[in-house]
Amino acid sequence: MSSFTLDGQTVTFDAGQTIMQAALAAGIYIPRLCYHPDLKPHGSCKLCTVKVNGRQASSCTYQAQDGLVVESNTSELNDERRALLQMLFVEGNHFCPSCEASGNCQLQATAYELQMMTPHYDHFYPDRPLDASHPDYLLDFNRCILCSLCIRASRDVDGKNVFALSGRGINTHLIVNAASGQLADTGFSGDDKAAHVCPVGVILKKRSGFRVPIGKRSYDIRSIGDLAEPGES
Amino acid sequence: MSDQLETASHPEKLRRVAIDPVSRVEGHGKVTLLLDENNHVRQARLHIVEFRGFEKFVQGRPYWEVPVMVQRLCGICPVSHHIAASKAMDLIVGAKQLTPTAEKIRRLMHYGQILQSHALHFFHLCSPDLLFGFDSDISRRNIAGVAEKYPDTARKGVLLRKFGQEVIRHTAGKRIHGTGSVPGGVNKSLTMAERNELRQDIDQIIDWSHDAVQLVKELHSQNPALYDSFGIFRANMMSLVGDNGVHDLYHGSLRGRDADGSILFDGVDYQNYGVLLEEEVKSWSYMKFPYLKSLGNKQGWYRVGPLSRVQNCDTMPTPLAEHERREFVAYGGNLPLHAPLAYHWTRMIELLSAAETIKELLHDDDITGNELMAGGERAREGVGVIEAPRGTLIHHYRVDDNDLVTMCNLIVSTTHNNQAMNEAVRQVARRYLNGREVSEGLLNHIEVAIRAFDPCLSCATHALGKMPLEVELLDATGHTLSALARSADGGFCTPD
Ligand code: SF4
Ligand code: FES
Repeated sequence: MSSFTLDGQTVTFDAGQTIMQAALAAGIYIPRLCYHPDLKPHGSCKLCTVKVNGRQASSCTYQAQDGLVVESNTSELNDERRALLQMLFVEGNHFCPSCEASGNCQLQATAYELQMMTPHYDHFYPDRPLDASHPDYLLDFNRCILCSLCIRASRDVDGKNVFALSGRGINTHLIVNAASGQLADTGFSGDDKAAHVCPVGVILKKRSGFRVPIGKRSYDIRSIGDLAEPGES
Repeated sequence: MSDQLETASHPEKLRRVAIDPVSRVEGHGKVTLLLDENNHVRQARLHIVEFRGFEKFVQGRPYWEVPVMVQRLCGICPVSHHIAASKAMDLIVGAKQLTPTAEKIRRLMHYGQILQSHALHFFHLCSPDLLFGFDSDISRRNIAGVAEKYPDTARKGVLLRKFGQEVIRHTAGKRIHGTGSVPGGVNKSLTMAERNELRQDIDQIIDWSHDAVQLVKELHSQNPALYDSFGIFRANMMSLVGDNGVHDLYHGSLRGRDADGSILFDGVDYQNYGVLLEEEVKSWSYMKFPYLKSLGNKQGWYRVGPLSRVQNCDTMPTPLAEHERREFVAYGGNLPLHAPLAYHWTRMIELLSAAETIKELLHDDDITGNELMAGGERAREGVGVIEAPRGTLIHHYRVDDNDLVTMCNLIVSTTHNNQAMNEAVRQVARRYLNGREVSEGLLNHIEVAIRAFDPCLSCATHALGKMPLEVELLDATGHTLSALARSADGGFCTPD
C-alpha cells in the first residue's frame, strides 16, 4: 500500500485521496476551516497548509503520493496558522461571549487548539446587518469567514445556488441569490445541506440558541483536535 | 433643604474637590465638592458615568441572544441581567408560566447570585470600613487587613461568596456569564451529584450567614450614634414583593411606601412600570433620575435595595431571616429606618434569607426535573423585573416579527438610587466636611455613604479594592490648585 510520512508518522492512503483525507482516515488532525468531508475541497482558508517535501501546500487539495515527506505540526506552520486565525477574528465581529455558536464553533475551537491568546491585529469592526427575513433561519454575516462551504453545499448537494461570494479582495462578502437580497426570497430550507455546514455562527436555526448547556456543547466534550471529523452544527 | 447644595448660586467663585473615581465601588464615579474660600461645602454632586450602550447594542439582535449578551453589563451581578432579560423574553415567547423546574432553577441561580454578591459587598468591600473605622489607616483598610485582624470573618466571607458562585455554576453552566436561563425556561436542571454537592455545605452556609447578621448587629450596638445617623435622610422606598407581601427577589408586583412607612401603591403589575415611573435628565449627570409620577420629581424619588425591600415586605419567606427582620423592625420602633448604614444590616438579613431559600430549593424534587421549557402565543413586547442584589432591575424589550429586538429600555438598580445617593453625599458633606481641611479620612466618609448603597456605577468590571482615588482641588476656572492621588496599594502621590 502507498504511504507518506506526516510529522514522521507513516500514513497509508488510497489512490486519489488528498493528504487531508488520508490524515483524517488515520485520525491525525490538521487544522482546517474550509474543508468538509462531504464537499469538494476549495483550498481557500489556508489553515491546512503543510510542508510537502519542504514546500508549502494546502493539504486539503494536495493529492497524496507515495513517499512524500509532510510536516504539519511544527511551530513555524502553527505560527502562520495563528496569524491567519487572528486575521479572521479581526476582519469580522466575533463576539464569542454572546454568540450562540460558542462551544460549537470551529473558528473558536481551532483558536483554542492553536492557543491563540489575543487577536493581535486591530479590529475592523465591519458593519454587517443581519438577515432575519427567513421564518426559520437567521444569517448573521458578522461571523462569516468566507469559507464557501455553504456555497458548495447549496450548489453541489442541494442543487440550489442559494449562496455566493460577491466583491473582491477585502470587500468580498457573502450574498444570497435573490433580487431582494433576502434569504426569505431564495429557495433555502432548513433541510438543505447548506443549513448545516457553516463552521461558525452565520447560518443559525432561529429560536433555539443557547438550548444546549455549557458542558454539553461539541467542543466542551472534545477539543477539535480530538475529532476525527469536523463537527457539524 | 439640601436642594441648596445641589446647585450653588455662584459656582464660579468656588473651588472644586473631586474624588475620582470612588474606590471600591464597581464602576467609575466622581464626587465633586465645590468649596468656597473657607472650605465650606457649597455644592455637592455625585457624577455617575453610566454605560447605556447596551440598549443600542441589542437593537437588531435576535431576542434569544439578549439574556446572554446583557450579562456583560456587569461583572458583579451578571445573573441579574441574565434573568431579568429572560423574564422579559419569556413573555415574548408566550411562556406566561414556566415549568416548575425552570422557575425553581432560575430562583436557585438568582439566590446564589444574591448570596455571592451580598457576601462580596459586605465582607470584601465594606467590612474594612466598618471594622477598622472610616478614618483608619488606609493601608490596612481592605480585605487583607480584615484577614489579618479578623481571620475567621474574612474566611467566612470568602467561602460564602464561593458557595454562591458554585450555585451559579451548577445552574448557569459557569460562575460568571453562564447561559442557563433561556427565553421560556432553562437549558439544564441539577444533576443528583450537583444537588448533593450543594446540599452538603448548605447548613454551614446558613450558620455563617446567621453569624454575619449578628456581626452587623454588634457593630450597630457598639456605635449606635454613628450607625443610626451617618448620612441619614428620609426617602420613599420601592421594591417587588411576592404574594401576600412576602419578601421575594425573583418575582412579584411593585409596592411603594413613603418615608413614614405608609403604602403609596401596592400590587402594581410591573408590565406597567411606565405608568408608575418617569426618568428625569439633569444636565450635570449622565445618569437619569427616576421618580414616581404621582409625587412628581421633587417628592417622588425613592430608594431601592435591601433597606427598602426588608422594610417594604410584610414577612421574610424563611424562619431565621423573619426572626431577624422582626428584630430590625423593633429596633426602629416600627418606623422605617433611613440610615444608609442600616443597608448593611438588611443586606445581611437577605443573605441569611438567600441561604435558607437555597436550602429549601435543594430539597425540592423539581430541581432535578426534566421539564425545562414552556411556550405559548408569541408577543411583541415584554417587561422583566427582578430584585437584583442592589435593587429593582427593569428590562423592557420590543421584538419584531423577524425575531429581532427593536427597542430596549433598562433601568438598573443604581439608577433608581441616583437621587438617594446624591442625598447621602450631601448629608455627609454638610456634616463632616463643612469648614474643615480636606483630608483623605474625610473624603472616605463620603465614599462610605456611597458604598452603603452598593452602587454598580458603570456596571463595569473592576478589580475590587484596586480603584485608585484621586483628589483634586480646582478653582472655578478649572485650574488645579493641588492634587493628591491614592494608588491601589494605599500609597499617596502627587499626580503629574
Ligand atoms: S456563511 Fe458560514 S459556511 Fe457560508 S461562507 Fe460564511 S462562514 Fe462559510
Ligand atoms: S481547509 Fe484547506 S485551505 Fe481551508
